Amino acid sequence: MSLDKKAVRAIAELARIEIPDEDLDHLAGELSGILQFVEQLAEVDTTGIAPMSSVADLTLPLRKDEVTDGGQVAAVLANAPDADDGFFTVPKVVE
Amino acid sequence: MIIQGDTGDWEIVIGLEVHAQVISKSKLFSGAATDFGAEPNDQVSFVDAGFPGMLPVINEKCVEQAVRTGLGLKAKINLTSVFARKNYFYADLPQGYQISQYDMPIVGEGTLLIDLADGSSRAIGIERLHLEQDAGKSIHDMHPSKSYIDLNRSGVALMEIVSKPDMRSPEEAGAYLTKLRTILRYLETCDGNMQEGSMRCDANVSVRPVGSTELRTRCEIKNVNSIRFVQQAIEYEARRHIDVYENGGEIRQETRLFDSAKGETRSMRSKEHAHDYRYFPDPDLLPLVVAQDFVDGIQATLPELPDDKKARFMTDFGLNSYDAGVLVAERASADFFEQVAAGRDAKMAANWVMGDFFAAMNSGDYSWEKPPVSAVNLGKMIDLIKDGTISTRLAKDVFIFMVETGKDPAIIVEEKGLKQVTDTGAIEKAIDEIMAANPDKVAEVKAGKDKLMGWFVGQVMKATQGKANPGMLNELIVKKFQE
Amino acid sequence: MTKLTNLTIAQARDKMAKGEFTALELTEAHITAMQAKRSLGAYITETAEQAREEAKASDLRRQAGQIGALEGIPLGIKDLFCTKGVQTTAASHILEGFKPPYESTVSGKLKAAGSVMLGKLNLDEFAMGSSNMTSYYGKVVNPWKSKSDPAKLLVPGGSSGGSAAAVAARIAMGATGTDTGGSIRQPAAFCGITGIKPTYGRCSRWGIVAFASSLDQAGPMARDVRDCAIMLGSMAGHDAKDSTSAPLPVPNFEAALTGDIRGLKVGIPKEYRPDGLSDEILRVWEQGIEWLKAAGATPVEISLPHTKYALPTYYIVAPAEASSNLARYDGLRFGQRVEGKTLDDMYKKSRAAGFGSEVRRRIMIGTYVLSAGYYDAYYSKAQKVRRLIAEDFTKAFQDVDVILTPTAPSAAFGMDENTDDPVTMWLNDVFTIPTSLAGLPGLSLPAGLNADGLPLGLQLIGRPFDEETVFKVAGVMESAANFTALPEGV
Ligand SMILES: [Mg+2]
Ligand SMILES: [Zn+2]
Repeated sequence: MSLDKKAVRAIAELARIEIPDEDLDHLAGELSGILQFVEQLAEVDTTGIAPMSSVADLTLPLRKDEVTDGGQVAAVLANAPDADDGFFTVPKVVE
Repeated sequence: MIIQGDTGDWEIVIGLEVHAQVISKSKLFSGAATDFGAEPNDQVSFVDAGFPGMLPVINEKCVEQAVRTGLGLKAKINLTSVFARKNYFYADLPQGYQISQYDMPIVGEGTLLIDLADGSSRAIGIERLHLEQDAGKSIHDMHPSKSYIDLNRSGVALMEIVSKPDMRSPEEAGAYLTKLRTILRYLETCDGNMQEGSMRCDANVSVRPVGSTELRTRCEIKNVNSIRFVQQAIEYEARRHIDVYENGGEIRQETRLFDSAKGETRSMRSKEHAHDYRYFPDPDLLPLVVAQDFVDGIQATLPELPDDKKARFMTDFGLNSYDAGVLVAERASADFFEQVAAGRDAKMAANWVMGDFFAAMNSGDYSWEKPPVSAVNLGKMIDLIKDGTISTRLAKDVFIFMVETGKDPAIIVEEKGLKQVTDTGAIEKAIDEIMAANPDKVAEVKAGKDKLMGWFVGQVMKATQGKANPGMLNELIVKKFQE
Repeated sequence: MTKLTNLTIAQARDKMAKGEFTALELTEAHITAMQAKRSLGAYITETAEQAREEAKASDLRRQAGQIGALEGIPLGIKDLFCTKGVQTTAASHILEGFKPPYESTVSGKLKAAGSVMLGKLNLDEFAMGSSNMTSYYGKVVNPWKSKSDPAKLLVPGGSSGGSAAAVAARIAMGATGTDTGGSIRQPAAFCGITGIKPTYGRCSRWGIVAFASSLDQAGPMARDVRDCAIMLGSMAGHDAKDSTSAPLPVPNFEAALTGDIRGLKVGIPKEYRPDGLSDEILRVWEQGIEWLKAAGATPVEISLPHTKYALPTYYIVAPAEASSNLARYDGLRFGQRVEGKTLDDMYKKSRAAGFGSEVRRRIMIGTYVLSAGYYDAYYSKAQKVRRLIAEDFTKAFQDVDVILTPTAPSAAFGMDENTDDPVTMWLNDVFTIPTSLAGLPGLSLPAGLNADGLPLGLQLIGRPFDEETVFKVAGVMESAANFTALPEGV
């Protein structure tokens, strides 16, 4: 699979990374190279093989329904680039 | 419902996605509290705020609640389910993904019976129920150029309950939501409070010419916060689709918002992005496996659900479908009624509960935990009517005193002297006095003006402060005039 | 007397027990060394003052008879572990200034064992790299020099390059690393130290900045096998805050170093001899086999037929998970923000300015392979091949107790080499990635020098949760190798 500029722009949009137009060609080349490399997997016969999403041979542990966390507004906001009145803030969103 | 357009008749196809907040003390994947109305960002763990290195650990109560709800919807419980990440960027989605379930939800297909106004019922298919995290809240009106973000809701457990596109009218959609809410409340898995957002509804609406079986493009109306608004939104949206089609246009699949002030739906600007959620199994969470024993254990503790209760009220108590339906709408009202009706005339108990009792309940600051009259006292009052101590008419007064004082009705009757007069002599004496004082009216009755007899009944009642046994009074007056 | 900074953890532990010096003296010696070797770029953040306080507290504990397994031992912590109140950057601009209000489980356990933190160690940005060239806070220099070109700056490997360089240069007695595709083992090999990536699930991931959640695993990097065993004993253990953490007791790893490997079967995978693999690497591998034979173990040729597909599998799985894990760096709740007119504008500008080129590239590849229409061909396919790779190991371990391979296909390379093409760069991890995909423990130890005087490492791979056998065999090899060479200035 070879990616063109338009495809790279769409991926960057999904990933929310601003890419200057002049970088698109170079990036398209790099990403296409990577995709060509990984596409060798197509030659592996995986009929009947279940995808492996974890090597941990466990099932999900469950925790008790208890309130053990929270009540730390200052700590939650301490690293925020911009906070006001107990809230995080962002440029205004129009719904 | 059939909508007549210019080109022919149209039918509406509706599917509903309900987000029901799970009743639990702490969040789905963190130990922060879930209470409504806390100070902003006070119920936030670093997991909920998507801090680096934070990991989710699932709350067993939320799993139990999802299974309980699935069983209440007579649905298939999937013993193995998988959490997946739904990736998208939004200000109130701290991790940049919502942990949800995708191709392996915890609950599969089920059914829900809706009750319609004409007394009929219809089965609506449930497609699935899955567990997922709620997002935080964006507040857009606190600053001219900024939105404010509160993450208290972030990570609260939701059950997304998806119906099949089986509904055909706003009324059916309303009935579905009403019934679903009733079931959730019976199960105590969600409080169903749409105002506080603990139950939210997205409606998928499309239309098609009557007789057609294809599904046309649907629009999703997001987060409507009352049943009435859902119905309005569906109706508006259906008519909009018909208009577009009849004018030769096409409907674009999109997410819309309902403006309850204008009664309209409109396109959501923030959702205009082409969405590609890139679901994949969450590598921080392993497959969720529940044992059949666990499911059976929950099944064994399931309460009698509204449909079964209604059927039982109809057969055991002889109630009609409407009355039974009203009483079972809330588990608490059904329980209250049953307590009142135990060993008594059930029809009479139903009338008192649905009449004076419901009226009192709605008129003041009451709840099922703090009702205006206890079930025990209401039952005793019905006994007093039955044994002739008080008349139905007097009972209305006794009821009011019960609401005011909370006292035992027998004590109220005693204290207020409301005991019904059943002494024939005393009633006869009162009749004689009224007749003696109104010879002209007596003459009129005797001349054949039967209607005036009612006036005499009223006068005697007044004279006895309403305490005369109405049956005896009627009988004696008739006898007097025949003399 | 040996310089305090040249002691192993075990030696320092025993000498402090005898009262030969205090934790504060040991720490002071390391602070001095750390400050003298700033040109290596090993530390992003030095915490000398805090270290002194911790050392004093350790000495007080010792006086009170409370002596942890790492009492008074000065360590460096990879800057991927969140440390309470101490800037944690993941070597990324986007996290500059971030002070976590919490301590990662592993660094917290090391603290609880009595250790002293000297500072936060440099790494490849978000642990993405094999050269430690991608850190926003500067490149890390390998303390080893090539004989033929002593002026050439060599990479320390990555992503735990700061950790490896610090341990090799004696500016930390030991360090934490994390390994997603080889990030402990490859830099350990490049810097002539020992490092182990334990079994996935052995160490808690809680509080470690995530790269690829299904692969990330913390582990120790130290001067020898015993030190790694001591450190891992303190780092490992079940953590209820990590759902993938194994609910298993922690063995006494140090006790596994019995020196007796008679009768053990050692697998030698025939697929680990790709065309063009250098003679030097082959020779040190052959040497390793001989040492094991001499100690009474039996080499057995095994086949791991899907080895060739491990690299492409990894370069789908890891970026996919990373693209999602790194979505939280959005300039909103912590780290760096670049203001924008709209929310999306702010996201895009903050992320463009905050992430370096390798991170951006991997996020984009990961985004692509998960996107609608490509998921099955890439991500789902890779997850299936991953199972085949894991099954190769399961089958092999029916016949052998441990597997021996080279750690990396080359010794440390120059900073100006190999870096233009990402795929070539990734080949560094060709021997370590299969183990990561299978979640198995893998240890690298220095086995010799190449003709240019640079260390070469060998890798031992064990069964799931059988780090003890890995340590035992590694101990025997370490004795046989008698690797005493030291980098410049030590
Ligand atoms: Mg949905
Ligand atoms: Zn949902």
